[in-house]
Amino acid sequence: MNTTRHDDALFSALRAGEGENLARLRARLAAEADDAGILDVAYRTVDTAVGPLLLAATEAGLVRVAYDREDHDAVLQGLADKVSPRLMYAPARLDLAAHQLEEYFAGTRQRFEVPLDFRLASGFRLGVLRHLADIAYGRTESYTQVATAAGSPRAVRAVGSACATNPLPVVVPCHRVIRADGSYGGYVGGPDAKHTLLALEGAVA
Amino acid sequence: MKTFEHIVAEHGTTVLRVCRAILGPVDADDAWSETFLAAMRAYPDLPEDANVEAWLVTIAHRKSIDVHRATSRRAIPVDAVPEKAAATAPDGADLDDLYDALRRLPITQRQAVAYHHLGGLPHREVATVLGSTPAAARRASADGIKTLRATYQQDRARR
Repeated sequence: MNTTRHDDALFSALRAGEGENLARLRARLAAEADDAGILDVAYRTVDTAVGPLLLAATEAGLVRVAYDREDHDAVLQGLADKVSPRLMYAPARLDLAAHQLEEYFAGTRQRFEVPLDFRLASGFRLGVLRHLADIAYGRTESYTQVATAAGSPRAVRAVGSACATNPLPVVVPCHRVIRADGSYGGYVGGPDAKHTLLALEGAVA
Repeated sequence: MKTFEHIVAEHGTTVLRVCRAILGPVDADDAWSETFLAAMRAYPDLPEDANVEAWLVTIAHRKSIDVHRATSRRAIPVDAVPEKAAATAPDGADLDDLYDALRRLPITQRQAVAYHHLGGLPHREVATVLGSTPAAARRASADGIKTLRATYQQDRARR
């Protein structure tokens, strides 16, 4: 299509102040779309002790927290496919969640109080995630204990995959689920992140 | 389907240039916002194989007409003069000079130039947007460019 745009020099004035103008217009669009109820997914990132976390929220609540290693671009495309492509960078909707995460990483918050949207989980996995919220700050449970609490004592592996596919890590504390022998087991954010969180909470040395 | 964030990043510049060419720097901002709000509303129903840029330019065409009508109606300036965007491009070209030259073109020529040369629409699609024929769209665009070269570019050269 660029073949038709051979008058770049003629129209170069149209580029005046374009960058700042577009940044301002983009932010205004996100705010107006939110007001109009057509911003289906808003996102932003926060810098934390476990790296940059992507936060995404629908109008119902926080729908996704993602570690850097999950590839934020891929996660956003996944949200576009599974929730809605009407997705924009719009930090305001995530101010509360970002603030509570900052408090959590500063050690001054033990419980998250933001609306959660669990639409990315279903069935047994959803049951597991709901139970995880009951494991207190600084405590841990084994995969077997979680399976029992979720009503299927033999579904230990299914608990493992529910944790591995937790759409809301950190906020829904799958990091508090460890192996019966005390070793960490896998974690969506990687073993270092799991250690960092458990150490922060005083659950491990 | 791409995220709408991606659509704005990819086509925001083109739509802004089109709106600026049609409306000038101040009203262009409103037309740009109206264009992307309308596009976002309809986006989930857009066919996968649609030409997104042509679709956006078509919406920008309609929204520019709306914004132009609204501004002409309130002919008396409002209290606060809208802040002008930084009006000089990196190469020193002045947005107001270009806009003066564009404004002197017949509207059809201005639209044909904007949609073809800035929006990247083929003459055939410009004709659809303007309700004319491809030959007429091609002629309007060529005449517009010729006039701009004769007026605006000569102005610049003389300084």
